[in-house]
Amino acid sequence: MNLDDIQNVFFVECEESLEAAEAGLETCKAGEHDTETINAIFRGVHSIKGGAGAFGHAPLQAFTHCFETLLADVREDAVELTPELVDLLLHALDCLRDHVDAAREGRDPPNDADLIKQLTEAQAANGGAAGTEGDAEESDEPTATAEQGPDSSDDGLDLDALLDDLDADAGDGESGDAAQADAALPICVHLRPHAPSMINGGDPLLWLRELELLGGKVAKCDTSFVPQLDDFDPATGYLGWSFEVPVEAGEEAVTDIFDFAGDGCSLVIGEGEAIPEPQLGEGQSDATEQSDASAKQADTDGEAEEPSETDAKAEDTDKVDAPAKSAQTPVAKQAAPANQAARQSREGQSIRIDLAKLDRLIDGVSELVIAQAMLAQRLSADDVTHCEELTMLDGLIRDMQERAMAIRAQPIGTVFNRIPRVLRELANSTGKHVKLELVGESTELDKTVIEMLSEPMTHLIRNAVDHGIESAEERLAAGKSADGTLLLQAEHRGGRIVIRIEDDGKGINREVVFAKALEKGLVTEDQQLSDEEIDNLIFAPGFSTAQQVSNISGRGVGMDVVRQHVKELGGRITIESQPGKGTAFILALPLTLAISDGMIVQVAGQSLVIPLAHVVESLRPTADQIKGMGTDRQMLNVRETFVPIMPLAGFVGSGSGPAQPTDGVLVIVETENSGQAALLVDEITDQRQFVIKSLDTHYRSIEGVAGATILGNGQVALIVDVDRLVQEAASSSVMPNTPAEVVAA
Amino acid sequence: MSRNIRILTVDDSPSMRALLRHSLTEQGFEVEQAEDGEIALSWLASNEVDLVITDINMPNLDGFGLIEELRSSARHAERPILVLSTESSTEKKQRARNAGATGWIVKPFDAEKLAVAVRRVIH
Repeated sequence: MNLDDIQNVFFVECEESLEAAEAGLETCKAGEHDTETINAIFRGVHSIKGGAGAFGHAPLQAFTHCFETLLADVREDAVELTPELVDLLLHALDCLRDHVDAAREGRDPPNDADLIKQLTEAQAANGGAAGTEGDAEESDEPTATAEQGPDSSDDGLDLDALLDDLDADAGDGESGDAAQADAALPICVHLRPHAPSMINGGDPLLWLRELELLGGKVAKCDTSFVPQLDDFDPATGYLGWSFEVPVEAGEEAVTDIFDFAGDGCSLVIGEGEAIPEPQLGEGQSDATEQSDASAKQADTDGEAEEPSETDAKAEDTDKVDAPAKSAQTPVAKQAAPANQAARQSREGQSIRIDLAKLDRLIDGVSELVIAQAMLAQRLSADDVTHCEELTMLDGLIRDMQERAMAIRAQPIGTVFNRIPRVLRELANSTGKHVKLELVGESTELDKTVIEMLSEPMTHLIRNAVDHGIESAEERLAAGKSADGTLLLQAEHRGGRIVIRIEDDGKGINREVVFAKALEKGLVTEDQQLSDEEIDNLIFAPGFSTAQQVSNISGRGVGMDVVRQHVKELGGRITIESQPGKGTAFILALPLTLAISDGMIVQVAGQSLVIPLAHVVESLRPTADQIKGMGTDRQMLNVRETFVPIMPLAGFVGSGSGPAQPTDGVLVIVETENSGQAALLVDEITDQRQFVIKSLDTHYRSIEGVAGATILGNGQVALIVDVDRLVQEAASSSVMPNTPAEVVAA
Repeated sequence: MSRNIRILTVDDSPSMRALLRHSLTEQGFEVEQAEDGEIALSWLASNEVDLVITDINMPNLDGFGLIEELRSSARHAERPILVLSTESSTEKKQRARNAGATGWIVKPFDAEKLAVAVRRVIH
């Protein structure tokens, strides 16, 4: 794995973080947030910042820092989370997304100056900044400003105080100033490690070693506190040292060594200083403040001043001597809900696999399914029937296939999650505020379908807001609420996934649509069209009803492109529109593009596959179940419901099908739009799984054919596109190539 | 000197793990990784390392919790533990000290600085 690969991992992670943060902010917007929600948002932004720094995306890092600082204040309740602030944060999140995209694609970062100003103002206006990370850090790391290079847009957060000694050697002028005031005199470092420095894997010897690495020499070692051997406690610090470190090393390099020493070591810097007193007995826990104080001292040019120990000591005895427990309990309490939240947010998470690998696995499983079918066929040809092992194999392969497909399945929520941003952008540009309602976000479908779904859905939503939903004034005048509502609904139905995008806007203005179509020459004046047909005109290529081309939906790509996309997915799009009430677009898509169950039928000597998802039942009709209709149609009476009979022989271009429905088998299928139909076939030979091979890639697309598949015997069979076929047949007055015999009957 | 020094890094971010592995391996350290405190604990129950580098903000068991757990067992009482975090507040550092951390590194890091920090605490 090289750095680029790692960086890609980071960007994938960014997506997750952004989604988590967005979900959190949406929860806030709905007013249902709690501490965990804020934590989750914070964590999302925080983790992007971490990576941004690590991979050197300075603008991204600067922006996340600013964002995070405000979030930290929100988390600490220093800033109140007003609806306005939530909007600002959402806005910032969108900008963050752009930042991430820019970083990934190596583009120039977006202009965030305005937002940064707003974020900073929001923080300041609310009296934030108290106890924020950024501020605490500045007091914690007095050296930060000195280190800050001219190119650093961050306020020093990316500086690693503990490790800056390396850079310090490089000697930037500013940091050297303090030391140079002392001319060439060495820096006098007086230190005394205390007991705490020897626990937690620490070792004062390592500090001494580092001072030596800086060129330091021991000027004095104070052994006066070393006790008699009997009283000697190996875990207590009895020794103190004075070091002389060459001034070139820089004072901050010295303090950096002790950055994390805390109460483990007393440190004083300055020529006139002495080695601090040891803390023996009950006073062993020394003041944390002392090292901080000494660090500050160091900053003020090593001014000689002994920190007042007594106060600090009393305070810290509490903190340290009642070890950790009292101080840690609240910490543990805080951590617990945070962990829960984290666990929740990780529920949908798993390991990352290269999609290509997964596809190869699925391909392999598909081939396995076919091989198994071939084996079954061979065995039955050799009269091996009721083979127990084969049944077992069949079950196992079926399980395996289902599981493999389940890996690819993703909840449609991943597409839905992108919608709030689209709506926000639309709200900004159109002034129409739209409430989003999601139903069935957890409905699963194949990842490929999901990926290809995003674009048409976004387009439909833009269209709904731009053309469907009215302005607030119009809505109020029509007696509706000022804000529009957009419903996104997903559900499994009949082996497909059906997605409904419904707005409560003004509905399609059919007069305008018809007039427009007339103008475009898509229809003629005297044409009589049903409402549905008029609605469907908006899918005609080159159609656009917007009076003026807006920058939202009128981008030159029309609804025809949307329909094309959906068609490519093997899906269909329909419209339901009620004037004044709203419009719904309904997408019906296959769950997967890979494997299906099918019924293999024989028609005029050919094998055809009817997807099982469509099949309701099959039967051999009796003569009294068949009724004629008009001159050329027959209906099947199934339990007092009449279903049109369609001979498939016509479909395969042969007249040699069964002369009468009673001679063959009727397969009753359910279609999306045209109700039920009874397909007349010679016989049903098998029912098995099949892998859809696209005809487009191997031959060319044919109306009514969904694809082809290879049967167990190696023969190619066409898969019937039931929806299309029935729809075509129902809308044309004459059955396609209706066999003469049927007409005669 | 860096030969055979074995480090466990604990971080929930895959990119950070990858980066740590890359940086530390490049510096000649042997690297083991865990995704959160709980995984780190169970791994450490049956494995030995010279040093643990842990993130703070993690699901399941965070860095503070991990350090406390480790320090409560005699086996890990003396093990150097470095905190690697983007946070750098005094309060957080104090909390880490109380929990028993040996040192604190502020992200981002570069490979060399990290190596210096590691050698600073390896006995």
